[in-house]
Amino acid sequence: MSNVPPDLQYTKTHEWVRTLPDGTVEIGITDHAQHALGDLVFVEVPEGGRTVALGEPCAVVESVKAASDVYSPVAGEITLGNPLLATEPEAVNNDPYGKGWLMRLAPTKGAASAELMAANDYLKLLQTEGG
Amino acid sequence: MAFIPHTPADVEAMLATIGVASIEQLFDEIPASLRVKSLDGVPVGLNEMQIGRLMSERARADGRPLCFIGAGAYEHHIPAAVWALTTRGEFYSAYTPYQAEASQGTLQLIYEYQTMMASLTGMEVSNASLYDGASAVAEASLMAVRANRKSKSRLILVPRTVNPQYRRVAVATAGNQGLRFEDVPYATDGGVTPLDALKKYEAEDITALVIQQPNFFGQLEDVDALTDWAHAKGIFVIAVVNPTSLALLKPPGEWGTSGKGADIVVGDGQPLGVPLSSGGPYFGFMTTRMEYVRQMPGRIVGRTVDLSGREGFTLTLQAREQHIRRAKATSNICTNQGLLVTAATIYMSLMGPVGLERTAAASHASTKDLVAALTAVKGVRRAFAGPFFHEAVLLFDRPVAPVLTSLGKRGILGGLDLSEHYPELGYALLVCATETKTKSDIDSYVTALAEAVQAVRAA
Repeated sequence: MSNVPPDLQYTKTHEWVRTLPDGTVEIGITDHAQHALGDLVFVEVPEGGRTVALGEPCAVVESVKAASDVYSPVAGEITLGNPLLATEPEAVNNDPYGKGWLMRLAPTKGAASAELMAANDYLKLLQTEGG
Repeated sequence: MAFIPHTPADVEAMLATIGVASIEQLFDEIPASLRVKSLDGVPVGLNEMQIGRLMSERARADGRPLCFIGAGAYEHHIPAAVWALTTRGEFYSAYTPYQAEASQGTLQLIYEYQTMMASLTGMEVSNASLYDGASAVAEASLMAVRANRKSKSRLILVPRTVNPQYRRVAVATAGNQGLRFEDVPYATDGGVTPLDALKKYEAEDITALVIQQPNFFGQLEDVDALTDWAHAKGIFVIAVVNPTSLALLKPPGEWGTSGKGADIVVGDGQPLGVPLSSGGPYFGFMTTRMEYVRQMPGRIVGRTVDLSGREGFTLTLQAREQHIRRAKATSNICTNQGLLVTAATIYMSLMGPVGLERTAAASHASTKDLVAALTAVKGVRRAFAGPFFHEAVLLFDRPVAPVLTSLGKRGILGGLDLSEHYPELGYALLVCATETKTKSDIDSYVTALAEAVQAVRAA
């Protein structure tokens, strides 16, 4: 069973969102997503200062046999791409909700965000998808 | 690995396995209205005897002219071993096999090729080749847009001293993908791209600058100054180079005073053991730095170890490619020109660094002799001052086309008439003499030219 921490919000495309105390958000991919991709060999994160629209592909996670885009669940300006992933892409596999975060961004005030789910709803989605 | 075509029985067995009645049925998904029934203008097939005869007749009609045309394709001596080995059954397929790792010999050859190209261009990584030099420039432009994240403009500066066919192919390939290509004028005295011509772009967001060395006129650009200008503004440098010339000239990996060098290096590999052959097939090459490897198109072979620790070769970084990334692949038109790459690898192995350097030096010397001899003819002079490699532009006091026709009748292909692409130059001819041209070949050209000029004058 996938690890789905109760204090985060989730998207249908398997990103998670954590609201930090300063109002910025931290974004990563879920345990389910990292497991489906397999061992990651390369992660491309956006540079700070870049403005991203809702649903815009802004990071790429690449395993030996697949590469997938990560879509921004919130519109805003990137404050930081996780610098650790340049040398340790496996952090996404080992600690998807911790050291393996992908990026932080400052949400645009009043902008729409994706339909974010609570943990229990995301768990239900996984059950439906997993059959 | 043997390349054995499947028999009708094999085909039937495969169709039966997947439960399909015919190969035709596999294409049912494509609407009938979109399918081409026959191709107008394509004649019916000929058998081997007929085609052999037709080709012999055509070859005879060509005669055995002395060729002084370069302009992107160069006649070099190809040691006999190159094609004797290349056409062995083990190599004789134009593609990387689909079960690539089953063909360790092919992969090792490509790996050696990549190593040689990276070393020749002074870069860190090479792909397994592209179609040709022109499409390599287009692919390099698309790659620069992906890799140069600081630039948003998708604007590529292309000096007019870049091969005009390369420019056209780049526009045709990438023009509809949001890239813009802008011409940069050349200095009429030196035939090179002056820094002054770039001044107007000082405040603009530019994605990449293409620099061809030696340029289309054969002249040597000030690559260090151009590279420094580009890098100071965060502009990518796409180097277009002739591989033979790299035995003498500074490799693009070392261009510029910072030592950072070009970002992407491309060119046509034809001079490395591929015959002129009426214009193709040739192959394109591309090298870059490791930091941009994930944006590079094409196949890449890597060296690895198997489970028992034995050395082996494998396709690597495949997540860039179309069979994995689909529409988001780094390129959906790139293949590698396996057979020609095989020839090039064997050519480079046989020549070695010393042989390649001697070829380059002899070609330069031949062209110097040719230019000296032709400019001694009345009414012929050099168009540009400054150093050249193995091509030069000559100016005539009369239209070039009738002179070339007259030379042709005397068995000499005198060069490329530049009036189509560079009308502003007047009566200009681009000539080339590689190491294949002897003193007596050059004498024949001069004699024929003197006669041709007389004939044209009389007419």
